[in-house]
Amino acid sequence: MTSSKPSVHVVKALGEEPSFKVGDRVRISARYPIGHYRVPTYMRGKCGAVEFVIEPTAVNNEEEAFGRNAGKKGYYYRVGVPLAELWPGYTGPPQDRLIIEIFEGWLERT
Amino acid sequence: MTTDTHHHDHDHDHDHQHGPNPHHQDPKNVDTPPPGYYEIMEIAVRELLIEKKLIGPGEIRRQIEVLDSRTPALGAKVVARAWVDPEFKARLLANGRLACEREFGISFYDDTQLIVLENTDKIHNVVVCTLCSCYPRPVLGLPPDWYKAKPYRARVVKEPRAVLSEFGTEIPAEVEIRVNDSTAMLRYLVLPKRPVGTEDFSEEQLASLVTRDTMIGVVNVSLANKNTP
Repeated sequence: MTSSKPSVHVVKALGEEPSFKVGDRVRISARYPIGHYRVPTYMRGKCGAVEFVIEPTAVNNEEEAFGRNAGKKGYYYRVGVPLAELWPGYTGPPQDRLIIEIFEGWLERT
Repeated sequence: MTTDTHHHDHDHDHDHQHGPNPHHQDPKNVDTPPPGYYEIMEIAVRELLIEKKLIGPGEIRRQIEVLDSRTPALGAKVVARAWVDPEFKARLLANGRLACEREFGISFYDDTQLIVLENTDKIHNVVVCTLCSCYPRPVLGLPPDWYKAKPYRARVVKEPRAVLSEFGTEIPAEVEIRVNDSTAMLRYLVLPKRPVGTEDFSEEQLASLVTRDTMIGVVNVSLANKNTP
């Protein structure tokens, strides 16, 4: 194994690379689908920052709940939101935060 | 369940064994309340799956054995190792699942990833699953009832300091609280702070201090937890 990467031009397929990187501002969609979902209601429509990109990609567990998981994988992200932004009237210190993992399909760029 | 009480109103071959089954109510035990709706549903689905040969009764027994073998003692060993071995700690923080699997043989049979959250003098992590009861079962076993109950799930994301205080845990105002809501395929294990005064402790002695609740993040490790030999 060589230490330097050979210079080749490769076009990655859609979904192979994460759409968001650490530090990106994101909004969690405010959607209300019927059925099984894994984004708690209290987080929908909330804005935060990507703190961690989960590697490797994994199945969308909302789809998996319906048995639709063959070959469909995507990125999960840990998104952080200050508790003071999440809850008006939060009495704790401003640095307190909530971090939650969200599937890519629920995130919008802000 | 015995054959005389076993009622089937669906049509199928009746070739499965009716041996002792730990999941079934004993009809002779009059003190046992009748099964509830969900228990009957579970029995019905399980019996159907077995009779359709989609699973075997041995598979359920085996899975119960898997779960029974997972207890907070496993997590405590992982934590104690991380306290005494900085290189292991680095590997654990980089990839919790891989470190547990390769170095302890703790398999992740549920195909979840493990993120280990280190508590420091500046950051205090606490774990919750607001939607249900996601929990690092491979390393901690079954979650406690309060972890699955709505008051904890609803409150710890909204007023974590008040909830921690009810566990007897006061976090200084300058420390950042991180509430980690586990919703999908990630599981979280808190790596608690090693208490002062344990510099001479062996890895085994250290592990004896680490309780389940310290790895959920609702309490800190305390020397008061030490088992007397």
